[in-house]
Amino acid sequence: MSVSAGAAAGLSGESIIREIKAGGIQFVVSVPDITTSEGLLRPLAKGTDPRLIRICKEDEGVAICAGLSYTGKRGLLLIQQTGLLDSINAVRGVAVEYQLPICMMVGLLEKEVGVPPRQSKKYGVRIVEPILEAMGIAYHEIEEQADVAKIRPAIDKAFADSKPVVILIGQRPS
Amino acid sequence: MMDRKKTLAAIARHVTDADIVLPVYSTAFDWIDIRPHALNYLSHGAMGLASSHALGLALGRPDKRVIVLDGDGSLLMNLGTLVSTAEAAPKNLFHFVCENGTYEANGGHPIPGRGHVSFAGMARSAGHKSVCEFSDLKIFEQQAGAILAEQGPVFVCLKIVSSGDQERDYSRLHGAHVRKAFRDALGAGGLHSQNSTSQSRSARGADQNGRGS
Repeated sequence: MSVSAGAAAGLSGESIIREIKAGGIQFVVSVPDITTSEGLLRPLAKGTDPRLIRICKEDEGVAICAGLSYTGKRGLLLIQQTGLLDSINAVRGVAVEYQLPICMMVGLLEKEVGVPPRQSKKYGVRIVEPILEAMGIAYHEIEEQADVAKIRPAIDKAFADSKPVVILIGQRPS
Repeated sequence: MMDRKKTLAAIARHVTDADIVLPVYSTAFDWIDIRPHALNYLSHGAMGLASSHALGLALGRPDKRVIVLDGDGSLLMNLGTLVSTAEAAPKNLFHFVCENGTYEANGGHPIPGRGHVSFAGMARSAGHKSVCEFSDLKIFEQQAGAILAEQGPVFVCLKIVSSGDQERDYSRLHGAHVRKAFRDALGAGGLHSQNSTSQSRSARGADQNGRGS
């Protein structure tokens, strides 16, 4: 397996936040993630729309987003893949089995820039997409600026189909 | 120590048709007999998460009272919820915990720290300003209405007697028809009344889970 870091263009946090808002997200529910800390979470914390809800553990966020979905409000769970792995049972029960539109934006800790997640040298990165596939959860890789355009349609589709989606952030947004 | 059904009945006397209620496990089965209603939110997907579902509902519908009827074992699985809820501070959220010291739905084994843990103390330490604890039914019956008239978030520990291990039909909680009925009722403004068939005693749907996690 060849694991050479390719040249990946930067990622604009501002443009990601714009897409989140365009996707109708009213609440961002988050446990801090080092990949998205500066480019997404910190600017989101300075604003009021979407409202930031800080939580202690990621599975709480799965349920909070579920509750929001019944009220017609859109939530986004902003976490790290370690938190996703820790929340597998909640994702299984709440998002997948109950078929609820749980949108998760997941920073990939320690993923090498320009390297597809499956080809990462890091076990904790390599296993993420196969796990999502095993669970039948749609996912999208956001690695370069052009990928940002996937975010809004992914959110809209999750709510239209009432199914979970994972948006993987592959490098630190500026 | 209080009888659970009588304790729940004391709460039910002050619950209106507009309120959302999230009961868990054994409490849920008693509750849906006392208050069969489409605005009972019964499907939590994994143990411990009812109060987090409730936080989402409370944030999304600040016009409605959201009442959680939690268990002590469930709360132990999600203690962070006390901090997250205190931080978000929804004025319409009421978190009751039925403390019986056992995992009643999973064989009646004791919870860790049984008899030593103070759930009210943990709620206070987590930042909750309105916290109380009851072990006398008469006193609780006198105060339940006033508690539910307070500004949330409110945390209440109810010390109850365990009902022992019981066989339950979990399709009454986890069936897809239950969730659909809730969604329809909430979408309709919560005007569904007590003749909802979603929580009828007949077992429909699948999802036969024990702990649901």
